[in-house]
Amino acid sequence: MSTLTDPPKESFRLSMLIYDTRYRSATIQVVAMIGFMILIGSIISNTVHNLTDLGKEPSFSFLSEPAGYDINQRLLDYDNQDSHMRASLIGLLNTLVVAVLGCITATILGVIIGVLRLSSNWLVARLMTIYVEMFRNVPVLLWIVFIMAILIETLPAPRAFRGDTPEATMSVFDSVAVTNRGVYVPEPLFHNSLGNIHVFGDSALRFDVSLDLMAFLIVLGGSLYASMRIRKWADALQESTGRRPTIWHIRAAVVIVPSALLMLVLGFHLGYPELKGFNFSGGTHLRNSLIALWLALSLYTAAFIAEIVRSGILAISKGQTEAAAALGLRPKRIMNLVVLPQALRVIIPPLISNYLNLTKNSSLAIAVGYMDLTGTLMGITMNQTGRELETVLLGMLVYLTISLLISSAMNWYNNRVKLVER
Amino acid sequence: MSDISFVRTEMLPPKDPPASEVGVVGWARANLFSGWFNSILTVVSLYFVIKILIGLIGWAWVPTWSATSLPECRVIFEELGRSGHNAGACWGVIAERWPQLLFGFYPNGYEEGTADLRWRPVLAFVLLFVALAPVLFSDKVPAKLIYFTAVYPFLMPWLLWGGTVWTPVSAALGFVLGYVVYKALAQSTSELIGLIVGVVAAFVWWLFVASLFSSALASVVPLALESVESRQFGGFMLSITIGVVAIGLSLPIGIVLALGRQSDLLIVKTLCVGFIEFIRGVPLITLLFVASTLLNIFMPPGTNFDIIMRVFIMVTLFASAYMAEVIRGGLAALPKGQYEGADSLGLNYWQAQRLIIMPQALKISIPGIVSTFIGVFKDTTLVSVIGLFDPLNLTNAIRADADWNGLVWELYGFIALLFFVFCFGMSRYSMYLERKLQTGHR
Repeated sequence: MSTLTDPPKESFRLSMLIYDTRYRSATIQVVAMIGFMILIGSIISNTVHNLTDLGKEPSFSFLSEPAGYDINQRLLDYDNQDSHMRASLIGLLNTLVVAVLGCITATILGVIIGVLRLSSNWLVARLMTIYVEMFRNVPVLLWIVFIMAILIETLPAPRAFRGDTPEATMSVFDSVAVTNRGVYVPEPLFHNSLGNIHVFGDSALRFDVSLDLMAFLIVLGGSLYASMRIRKWADALQESTGRRPTIWHIRAAVVIVPSALLMLVLGFHLGYPELKGFNFSGGTHLRNSLIALWLALSLYTAAFIAEIVRSGILAISKGQTEAAAALGLRPKRIMNLVVLPQALRVIIPPLISNYLNLTKNSSLAIAVGYMDLTGTLMGITMNQTGRELETVLLGMLVYLTISLLISSAMNWYNNRVKLVER
Repeated sequence: MSDISFVRTEMLPPKDPPASEVGVVGWARANLFSGWFNSILTVVSLYFVIKILIGLIGWAWVPTWSATSLPECRVIFEELGRSGHNAGACWGVIAERWPQLLFGFYPNGYEEGTADLRWRPVLAFVLLFVALAPVLFSDKVPAKLIYFTAVYPFLMPWLLWGGTVWTPVSAALGFVLGYVVYKALAQSTSELIGLIVGVVAAFVWWLFVASLFSSALASVVPLALESVESRQFGGFMLSITIGVVAIGLSLPIGIVLALGRQSDLLIVKTLCVGFIEFIRGVPLITLLFVASTLLNIFMPPGTNFDIIMRVFIMVTLFASAYMAEVIRGGLAALPKGQYEGADSLGLNYWQAQRLIIMPQALKISIPGIVSTFIGVFKDTTLVSVIGLFDPLNLTNAIRADADWNGLVWELYGFIALLFFVFCFGMSRYSMYLERKLQTGHR
């Protein structure tokens, strides 16, 4: 027979907040929270106090005032009477342009260099090692100004293209002019253009949608879908009969013919750059600042991507390839079905964090005068309006948003391809 | 039937392998011309390598080291029969200006009545290696050297900025005081109380007593170096100083942040994650804008840090966020058994961290720490955007001189070379460490 007694109730003493591990964590958290609150509170009160002393109450009304400066490389229409908001938007688009261009070229270059570093050719492998070490160990800012200097100092001036026996000639069938003021490339034009749709009226966010481009994208999307259906049909036929029909020419025709027809109907032609006076006109003008930034960021990031690709390929053990070969797969299918899916799992996460770095490094545009978000919002707008607090915080917020978007995409992809472990 | 057979009783001497399979020819066949594709690749790259080398050597191999201006270089090129915009390198600018690229405007004794103080950054830099030796090459130097490592953080600012010796001494005394208070209270009451009171005591010392103490002692024993202002810092010295300060301070902060991110305490964890993700999500240049324009607004009215101090603060915060992620990687790489083993020994949280977890986690993350250091060191060039005279910004100052107006390649090349030497050396060191540490695991 046993007597059941309640355990003696411990009375709560104040010292248990420190000595008892059950309550101590709560104490620490509350202290941390209070400390954080005090820090934030004091920063805010200091800021308000200091700004009042300077006579600058925080306000974002400057965003709707006219900017008063020009942006020479831009995607959307803009003139110096547009608002600071519009200027910042143009800057943001410029950031995104150079980031996307940079990511694409860096990936292509990086994959090529990473694969060549593993080449059995001694000379090529050594050269690629030199490339990687050279770019990784020198600051990217130095590369940006260095490439800018190369473009300005070594390329011919537009006037070198003049005269009967010019010193410089245009390249690629007389269509691209590479000068020390930038590169002029042909632009697409249409005789029977469908016109543009104007969106968002007169606000800072306004932009034009080209109906020609829309029509082209719709047709291209439709034909790609049709081409995919043909492949599905061929797959199904192979499953049921074991015979795979030759379809590549049908698929190519399905993709190319409708787009080509549309181009013909719209009267597609290229507007070539022409030398007028002392400069080129017509065509699309890519300024040196954009090209220097794009090239430098791509070359620099490519060195990092090359290392990632190399380590990804090396991470796949030889047994995987051999086992696949033992199953009777051909080398191309071994690559596609066995090696690449596993290597990609290793490559993709650091690759995307390098894209993130490239996007953040694009803020160095300010060193060569490319008007990105840093150059507009946190550069000229800040200097003209004297609104340091608002512009810098807004700029940081935009960059933070871009980074968080990219990294959430990374996490989504990571979770999708993650090995399901027990 | 006579069955005589002939059996050779001695071995034939082995034949030489075919000439095409050994020596230079064999090596070239195997490594350079193993197929038509490889052969084309080799020939094409050889062509480019030779073309680039010829151009580069032709440009660089010119006797212009003693020229004192660009026009003088041009005269030398004329004598050599060269002309054109990029006829050759004008090395005179490096020969004349390398001290400026290394030290910026640090007092150099060129002007009347000023002393050449450049030995101080040099000494600080050399002592840095002495201080790092117990950490970097722990098996090759005496263990007692670690005491010098502890002193170095106070020695370096004194050497660089000068002033009375009692300022760093009183700063160090704050740490000693905090530690003594912590020890005394931890014995008699509890660890946590000891920690809190110790920290408070140290801060009280730094904020209220230290300046009185150092000025009092300075008036009694005036032991001082000539003081140098922050704005005179420049060149590689500035880059290295920012890099060393940022990494030195970010390591402890990063450890705390990483532990906070791993902890079970929700609020602490949220704060740490928020800080790390915020700093990692914005470009360093925006943080430098904060340093140059906003940091003084955030501070209590009346406080005024100079720009280098503000850059130190922001670069340190930046480096700590990255360091925290590196160390978190090291913590995550530790097998769970290590944590459980520490728990089962009855160690409390801090004992477990100090004795079991951190030594292993830090060891794993040393390569990551080194590469963070390389990144921060490279990123110090960004301070040129906010107007500090790092090497890149000094090139503008040098070009502003009429003698050297228009020189680009020599200056950029020199800076790139120095950065390359530093960063490449560090990355090789981290590879050496990786190899050294790997033996323990396989």
